[in-house]
Parts: sequence; C-alpha cells; structure tokens
Amino acid sequence: MRRPTILLVLPLLAGLAACSGSQPAPASGSGAASPASGGAQLNGAGATFPAPLYTKWVAEYGKVAPNVQINYQPLGSGAGIRQLTNRTVFFGASDQPMTDEQLKAAPGKVLHLPTVLGAVVPIYNIPGITTELRFTGPLLAGIVLGKLTKWNDPAIAKLNPGVTLPDMAITVVHRSDGSGTTFIWTDFLSKVSPEFKSTVGADASVRWPTGVGGKGSEGLTGMVRQTPGSFGYVELLYALQNKITYGAVQNSSGEFVRASIDAVSAAAASAAPAMPADFRVSITNPPGKDAYPIASFTWLLLYEDPGDPARARALVDFVRWALKDGRSFARDLGYAPVPDNVLEMEMRALDTIKVQ
Amino acid sequence: MSERRFNFRTDEALFRGGTGLFAVLLIVIVGAIGFELYRQSILSINEFGWQFWQTDVWDPVAGEFGARPFIWGTLYSSILALLISTPIALGIAIYISELSPTWMQRPLVFLTELLAAIPSIVYGLWGIFVLVPVVRQLQVATPDWMRSLPFFTGPPLGVGMLSAALILAIMVIPFSSSVAREVLRSVPQAQREAAYALGATRWEAIRMALFYARTGIIGAIMLGFGRALGETMAVTMVIGNSPRITWSLFAPQYTMAAVLANEFAEAASELYLHALVEIGFVLFIITLIVNAISRAFIWSMGRQRKPRAALRTAAARASA
Amino acid sequence: MMRTAWRKFLSHLIVILCGVSVLVALVPLVLILFYVVTQGISSLNWGFFTQMPRPVGEPGGGMANAIAGSMIVVGLGALFAIPLGIMSGIYASEYAGTRLASAVRFAADTLNGVPSIVIGVFVYGIAVLPFRAFSALAGGVALGIMMIPLIMRTTEELLLLVPGSLKEGALALGATRARAVFSVVVPAALPGIFTGILLALARIAGETAPLLFTAFNNGFFSTDVRQPIATLTVQVFNYAISPYPDLHRQAWAGALVLVSIVLFCSLLARVATARMERMRRGA
Repeated sequence: MRRPTILLVLPLLAGLAACSGSQPAPASGSGAASPASGGAQLNGAGATFPAPLYTKWVAEYGKVAPNVQINYQPLGSGAGIRQLTNRTVFFGASDQPMTDEQLKAAPGKVLHLPTVLGAVVPIYNIPGITTELRFTGPLLAGIVLGKLTKWNDPAIAKLNPGVTLPDMAITVVHRSDGSGTTFIWTDFLSKVSPEFKSTVGADASVRWPTGVGGKGSEGLTGMVRQTPGSFGYVELLYALQNKITYGAVQNSSGEFVRASIDAVSAAAASAAPAMPADFRVSITNPPGKDAYPIASFTWLLLYEDPGDPARARALVDFVRWALKDGRSFARDLGYAPVPDNVLEMEMRALDTIKVQ
Repeated sequence: MSERRFNFRTDEALFRGGTGLFAVLLIVIVGAIGFELYRQSILSINEFGWQFWQTDVWDPVAGEFGARPFIWGTLYSSILALLISTPIALGIAIYISELSPTWMQRPLVFLTELLAAIPSIVYGLWGIFVLVPVVRQLQVATPDWMRSLPFFTGPPLGVGMLSAALILAIMVIPFSSSVAREVLRSVPQAQREAAYALGATRWEAIRMALFYARTGIIGAIMLGFGRALGETMAVTMVIGNSPRITWSLFAPQYTMAAVLANEFAEAASELYLHALVEIGFVLFIITLIVNAISRAFIWSMGRQRKPRAALRTAAARASA
Repeated sequence: MMRTAWRKFLSHLIVILCGVSVLVALVPLVLILFYVVTQGISSLNWGFFTQMPRPVGEPGGGMANAIAGSMIVVGLGALFAIPLGIMSGIYASEYAGTRLASAVRFAADTLNGVPSIVIGVFVYGIAVLPFRAFSALAGGVALGIMMIPLIMRTTEELLLLVPGSLKEGALALGATRARAVFSVVVPAALPGIFTGILLALARIAGETAPLLFTAFNNGFFSTDVRQPIATLTVQVFNYAISPYPDLHRQAWAGALVLVSIVLFCSLLARVATARMERMRRGA
C-alpha cells in the first residue's frame, strides 16, 4: 500500500471505530436524546459553585431512578443562561438571577428555583498574623477601592485591637474570570458603600479600581498565598476545604460574624419572609443578628414549558428529590440548604411546570 | 500518442483541482471565522467604532469597552516570547540536526516534543505555583539602580509580563524548534559537503544551511509566534490580568486572548458579549497584519538575493 | 591566519551555545514533568482507567469515560485535519507562485494565531446551534481546525525542500504530476510531515476551551459522536476549579495520564515511521 494512502486510511479507520458507537438521535433538540435503554437523558449547564453538589445529587438520584441520565456541566452562570436561551441544554443554573433583559430574550418563561446557599469570605496573607481579622462593609469597600493602602491603617487597627498590623502595602487580588463569587462580593460592597456602587457596581465582571486578577479560585488563592500583604475574596466552601484563614464581617445588626453554614442559613432565614414569587432576590447585607452578610442563593433555571413532557417530568421529579432528600448531601459537602418556607414555595412553583 | 497527452491533461487538472479544493476549503474556513467574528461583534462595532482600538476603559457594568490595553499586552508578551524563544529554538534545531551524535538525536527529539505535549492548563498551574514565586524572588533581588528603569518598575508581585513572556517562550519553543529541525534536516547533504569542501567551519556550514532553508525557518518562527498570540490558559494564570499599558516587565498586564477566555463564560448582556467577540476580531485582524508584514519581509529577502541571476551576470561579465 | 582563528573560535562558540540552548529548554521540561508526576502519581491507580467519575467524598473513581472520549475527539479532529492539511500543503508547494497558494499560506498562518476559545465559539455557531445539540463531532471539528495550520505549513515547507531532481526524475520517467508527487516527493518529506502531524496532535490533545462549547463533556460513558462526550481536558479543568483537594489530586492524575498518552502515541508513531523508513530504503 502506498505510504500516503496509509495517512488517509488510518484516521478513517479510527473515525469508523468511533462512529460504531453512534445511535440515531431524534430530530428535536433541547439537548436531549434517548439512550438505548429507553430512559431520559438531560443536559444542563451553568454555575460552577454548586457543580460538585449537583454531581453528587445526580449520582445519588441515579440509584433512585436509574433510567434518568442527567449531565450537568459547570460552564459558568452566563454561559448556562445562554445555552438555556438557545435551547442547547434542557436546564440551566446560575449564581446570579437572570436580568429582565435576559428573561425577555428567552423563548419561554423561565423559573428560578433556589437550591442551596453560598457565601463569600475575605482572605488575606499578612506575615505573622494567623488570627482572624474583623472587617466592616465600608472598610472592605475602602480596601477594594484602593483608599486604604496599608495594613496598619488606623481604620483596620481600630477594629482589631489585639493584633499588631505591619506597615505593609495591601495588594488587592480579585477574580479575573467572570464569576458568581465576584457578583456576590460586589453586590454586598455596593450595598454598604455608595461610592463603590457608583464607581464600580455589581456584576460577575467589573472594572476594578486597583489590584491584580487571578484566574479562578485556585488562581486567586494561589496569588494570595504567595504574595505577602495581599487581600482577596473567595467562596466560603473553597476557604474551608483548602484551610484558608478568612476574616469576620460586620452585619447590618453590628455583629461581627465569621461565615459558617449556620450563619449563612441565618442570612437566608432572615431574608425569606420577603421572598418574591419568582425567587429572584439578593440576600446580601440582610437583617438578623446571626446572619452572615455576604451570602447568596444559587438557582436552577427551568422553562415553565420545556416542550418535552416526558423529560420535563423526569427533571421535575429530580428537582423535587434534590430539594427534599438531597439536603443531607448538601450539608455534608458544605453547602447551606434553603430554609423550609422557601422550600414550600418552590414545591408549589414546580407544580406549574408543564409535564403533560 | 494523443491519448496519452489527454490523460496527462486530465490528470493534471484533477490533481490541481483536487488539491486546490482543499486549499480553497482552508481559506473558506478562515474567512468564515473572520466573518463570524465580525457578525457577532456588530453591536460593539457600531457602538464604539474605531474608539474601541484607542480606549483604555473596560467596564462591563457601565457598558464601556476599549481594547487598547489588551492589544498592548498581547503584542508585548508575544514579541518578548518570540525574542526569548527563537534563539533557543534555533539552537536546539541546529544542535539536533547538525551537531549531536546520531544516538542522541531520537531522545532529544522526543524530549522537545514532550514540551509540546503538556496541556496549557498544566503550564498555567506550574506557572503560578512554581515559576511565579521564582520570578518574585528575582524581582525582590533586583538592585535599585535597575528599578528606576522603566522596564523594572513596580512592586514585586511575581505575576506580570515577565512571567507571561517566560511561560509563552517555553510553550512556543517545541513548535518553532521541531519545524526548524525538520527543515534543516531537509537541506541536501550535497550543499553541506560543498561548503566544507570550500573550507567552511562548522558554523559557516550551518549558516549556509540556515540560508538555504530560510523560508522554512521563518515559517517555523511564524508558527511559534501565532501560537504565542493565541495562547490563553497559561498566560492568564501568570500575567496578573490587569488592563494597563506599561513597559514594565514586573507589572501585571492583560492580553486579548486572556480577557476573552476569562469573561466569555459569564458575560450577560448582548453588548458585553459583542465587545468580547470584537476583541477576538481585533486579534484576528492583528494576526493578519503581522502575517502580512512578515510576508513582505520574506518577499523582500527573496528579491535581494537571486543567486542564479547573480551568477549569470557574473559569468557574462567574466566572459566579456 | 587571524581571520581563520576568529572563524574557528566563532564556530566553537556557536556550537557551545547550541548545546546550552538544549540544556536551557530541558530545565523547565524536567521541572514541569517532575511537578506533574509528583502531583498526579499518588492518585493514579488501575481504577483511574476503568472507573467512572465519582462525586466528591466517595473514594475511588476514575476518568474512564474521559480517556475514551479524548481519544475519540482527537481521532475525529485528525480525520478532519490530516487530509485537508496535507492536500493544501501539496497545492501550496506544487503551485507555489499562484495567488491561491499565497492566499492559503496567509490563511493558515492567520488561523494559527486564532485563540482556541474563538474556534470553539465559531464551531458552536455552525455545528451546535443549528442542531441544538452538543456533540463529539463538533468537538472533533473544533480540534481539527486548530490542527490544520501546523500540518499544512509543515507539509508545504518540507515539500519545497525536497530536491527538484527527485520530482524531475519521476516526470522524466513518464509519471503524471500526481504520481510524481504522491509516490516520490511526499514520501521523501514524510518524516517531517509526520512531525507536523504529531505536533498538531500533541497541541490539541491538551486543549480545553474549544471543547467546552462543542463536545460539552459528559458524566456518563458514551462513544456516540452525536452526543456530548467526556474529555480528559475538560474533566481535569472541572476538577481543578472545584474547591475540593481530593478532586484537585484527581485532576493532576488526569493531567499526568493525558501527557503520558500523548507521549506514548508520539513514540509509537516515531517507531512506525522509522520502520517505514527502513523498509523504504531496503526495498
């Protein structure tokens, strides 16, 4: 056989071998197809924060309903919303509620269903300091705005009387990639500092007045760990899992609260009475003595009319199971579950999804 | 007899048409990418026009977007990476193809390609956990008289243009080096023997081979440069992701590919998305311009040296 | 005499510098490999290759679906890119003066500079959105597009360097142009073309961004090219961005497996080429 022909034949063989596993896919899209076993397969995309939990839920639900294959991928909240709008996935997930503009752009009505709660904590690397520092909201805003430039600034020292802070420049580190964590952080800072709100604002990506950007939580924490005098922010879960020292933040009642699952649940509980019907709410800086002020829901995004009754039913059953039976798994992994009254509202909302 | 000529003509036409079809397909793909980039950034193009290339502000919340710091970062990091990597890549290529003993060649080739096999995310993670602390120590150790130069100002963070250029250079080396090596290997042995017969030293023979294969060598360098322009993951982990325009190697900066990859997944509004895609479009145009410049450079090099023509005129003069 | 001494000195200097540059390139290589191996080896076991991913908190688990998926997607990419790259390279070298040849060379160099995420978004627009479905096929196309410039330019440059006498000899013997090129010129340049292909494969095997919006990734085992498929790079990426140190360790193991597979295939390909070379010379 002539050598050039081999070049063409070998990849052809490889391709044929790959195609041997293919099955006919239905003409309809919505990111679903029936595997040979006859069950339902659903694709979902969105937020990275709850992804490990959703993976756990999918695995556990697979024991309850083995015919349902749910494939969730952490593409990012914005990407998840876009895929949902384009109907390349069956459901989405986001750390930020969809804006009115995004809701209008979607081909159908989208329901937000809060699943768990997350929190953002301030982290720092000051040589010689291993205790937790205390911050107030306006102080944090001042640091991020670049107004406070040294660790031994009197404003910081006043809040932390027992600690000798060095005369060291503060290097502010933020997330360079768009992220729900940034949204929650800037949302809180915008509420406690009018100057922050007008100069920076709240979003997954903002124009930072000062500092360097690290990619991902691992990039940010890596940078903080290696740069003496640095200051950053990260999800509570990440800080706990990777044993990173984080500070306490003063809530709207004046208490300095160190983030924990209970403090986050307290934040949700205090905000729950004012929960709007579509669940799109920000719970940063809530009332409540024990509430941690920098917390947020994360939502699953479902169409009210997903278009495919069989798969819609499969999805709704999964979400019901996850919200009820999945709570224990959530706590084990370090996520705070939603309060009971919110849960009841969600169950009622799930009933409106067209599964016939 | 006429039948054979007919066969030749159709065969030629089939050959030219067949291979030409693939060439056209390649051009169509690239054109389609360029067109898609334009189409999906139209909102931003209409909104900002040429200001997009000249503004320094990148504010997703306020809806103001300008690409100048990213253009700067991309060009600075890529050119720096090229300057660092080209001598090393050529050195490796020359060593493997001309200087090393035969038993050493296969392992060295293998090792060079090992560098290409490492995923960019691994480069990024190694960069931030290993390279950046080293660079930081280097920055701390910089003497004060150097600190006053514009290239070395700024606090010692470790992340910044220097780390990015170093990582890019390491990533680019296997590509330029492997292609240059193959190109040098293809220089006919007769050419080398002729050079040695004329009394050339090792280096002079190598220089002759480099000259003979010059378009291939430039092609190899361009392949490396293209790689550097488009590299995303590794750069964004170590460059500091801070849009600013400065000559300082120590300062964190930002590249077009990095901002695009960082913010694309979470971009919410239409204008924001279009602005990000426009950054991709700007990078596309800049790659086109860089290629055009290097093509012109190669073409002018080709024009100046025409050995056959020079020989003919020399022979004509000698006989006259 | 002085001039000769200088020339000799310069020659020795350059030889030394070339050797030094090899060492300089080896230093980061050894450091990075050492880093990957030390981070990843502890999580590597037989189960890694045979088991499916398990949620965090459960011991064990592997990346069997991702390993298979990566091979499929890379194979699809190669299937798409190798013929296209080689044929365009042949055209550009055989018809080197024409406008089409200059255009395709220009296009290939430009394509080489396009970031991988842009290619992913482009393929999303043409292969995912119209069908409302992510697929391994779309991922293969995205990776294939990234391979094309490297293969095409290497093929072209090496074919140009094949001595004209070889082709002229074939033509003088009455071969058609196609026969001369495919039977004589291309085989002469084959080792170099192979290098180009292997480099391209090595490069795309480590890419994540073009797969995110095309092949998507899959928590389940699938070899269906019209469905989302798991890949090593995306799985490693997902684990790396998670908060859990256990998943981080698995991510490093995945990276180690990825590098090893690429190297193994590259080694295999080189051994095969060497054998082909020996057969050709002996025949």
